[in-house]
Amino acid sequence: MSLFLDALSWLGDGANWTGPDGVPTRVLQHLAITAAVVGISAAVALPAGVLIGHSRRGAGVVGALTGAARAIPTLGLLTMLGLALGIGLLAPMLALVVLAIPSVLAGAYAGVQAVDPATTGAAKAIGMSSRQVVFRVELPLASPVIIGGLRAATLQVVATATLAAYTADFGLGRYLFTGLKSREYAEMLAGALLVAVLALLLELALATAQRQAAVRLAAPGRNPSQRTPDTREKEPA
Amino acid sequence: MIEFESVSKTYPGPTAAVSEFSLTVPSHRTVVLVGSSGSGKSTLLRMVNRMVDPTGGRVLIDDEDVRDRDPVALRRSIGYVLQNGGLMPHWTVLDNVATVPVLTGTPKRQARLAAKELLERVGLDPAMGRRYPGQLSGGQQQRVGVARALATDPNILLMDEPFGAVDPIMRRELQEELLRLQTELHKTILFVTHDIDEAFLLGDEVVVLREGGQIAQRGTPAEILAAPADDFVRGFTGVDRAERTLSTMEVDGRTIAVDGTGRPVGVFAP
Ligand SMILES: Nc1ncnc2c1ncn2[C@@H]1O[C@H](COP(=O)(O)OP(=O)(O)O)[C@@H](O)[C@H]1O
Ligand SMILES: [Mg+2]
Repeated sequence: MSLFLDALSWLGDGANWTGPDGVPTRVLQHLAITAAVVGISAAVALPAGVLIGHSRRGAGVVGALTGAARAIPTLGLLTMLGLALGIGLLAPMLALVVLAIPSVLAGAYAGVQAVDPATTGAAKAIGMSSRQVVFRVELPLASPVIIGGLRAATLQVVATATLAAYTADFGLGRYLFTGLKSREYAEMLAGALLVAVLALLLELALATAQRQAAVRLAAPGRNPSQRTPDTREKEPA
Repeated sequence: MIEFESVSKTYPGPTAAVSEFSLTVPSHRTVVLVGSSGSGKSTLLRMVNRMVDPTGGRVLIDDEDVRDRDPVALRRSIGYVLQNGGLMPHWTVLDNVATVPVLTGTPKRQARLAAKELLERVGLDPAMGRRYPGQLSGGQQQRVGVARALATDPNILLMDEPFGAVDPIMRRELQEELLRLQTELHKTILFVTHDIDEAFLLGDEVVVLREGGQIAQRGTPAEILAAPADDFVRGFTGVDRAERTLSTMEVDGRTIAVDGTGRPVGVFAP
């Protein structure tokens, strides 16, 4: 308990909130690497997942790839990459991208392939091009599941991005590594708390985004809070 | 005018879905393909808008091979009504009806305005335009499907068992509505159903299909009823069924029609 209080007092100490090793800088760094990794993973895995879901071909590839990638221990991969690439952000970023891709890919694939084939078939039959079927029908209908995949990836990455401090002076992981080395357990716990709070906030934001996508894009008619046009029209002018 | 010139379609498997099928659908007429499930009706219908490409023969629209047309442009020029509506669940009714005009560049406002008029035309309250398909009954969804098919004022309407999934009373209403629309619009309609009564009600011409898209008989409903080609048509059309074998009876100087069970079903006009 006193360790916890020590961590809180470490967080309360204004000196820890300024400078290149201060909390705001470290939080921003942590967010930046998380955003970059999720962004890169999305750039690679979203188009691939959507394409596979759209064509309904290559589902086996998704399963095998995500299964294999999930079996890779991130710390082991990072050590290997660190040895190969040396000090810096490149190795942890690559390792984190490998960590994030399966969730993003699986979300995009699962979301798109779950769209009723009768709906996409009808869209095509009345004259939508393949591109229009993807962008106007499949993506909106799949958006909650796609965002779900991004949400899972973001959570994994924000927690695991502490490893970036393993090979670089970057992110909240720094507090964990220096704390461990100098036996400053309060600083370590404070770092862990900050990561947890960050993860919680991101989770909250992405859960909201997912709900909004469901309500606005995928199933707007089923939004119970949205009043039906009929009742609106009966209001006195 | 739609012409099927000995078209065939084979899928991997022992039997062809359709083989050597020929038919002309004259302009401004309603031709109904009727046959049991799996007889190749949908396959034939979908050849017209290139959702299916025949493995043999050709389909012509106004003397032009559909294979020479860009499939997307071709589909936009043909109205298509599907059995389960096939509406986009995440769009309002109005946006569903306006789909193709918007795709072809009509400004959204204008397309929605036209869509409202179309809703009225198919017997729906235009205020319904702001709802989503999931908030509509099956019959209402089918009406929206018809409105969407009419949105570009196409010459051709393809209808694939459009009223197959709604209850009998609603189906009857939709059929009457289609007949009324057709007297105003004079479209070239190719209509698919497995319901012989629907075929006789709607078709200027009826084509009875057996397995593999083989034509068992074609003709006006009256021709088919008067002279069924063989036992298959006899059985399928039910010409021997009690309700189709009518006879007359004199009652108080009026001529009454009675069916095969002796039940009076109507009276002849004096
Ligand atoms: N994509 C397909 N792949 C394989 N077989 C098909 C396909 N589409 C239709 N068929 C077969 O072709 C035959 C005709 O089907 P269809 O045209 O849908 O009949 P209908 O509309 O009269 O019920 C059926 O035996 C069906 O199984
Ligand atoms: Mg069919």
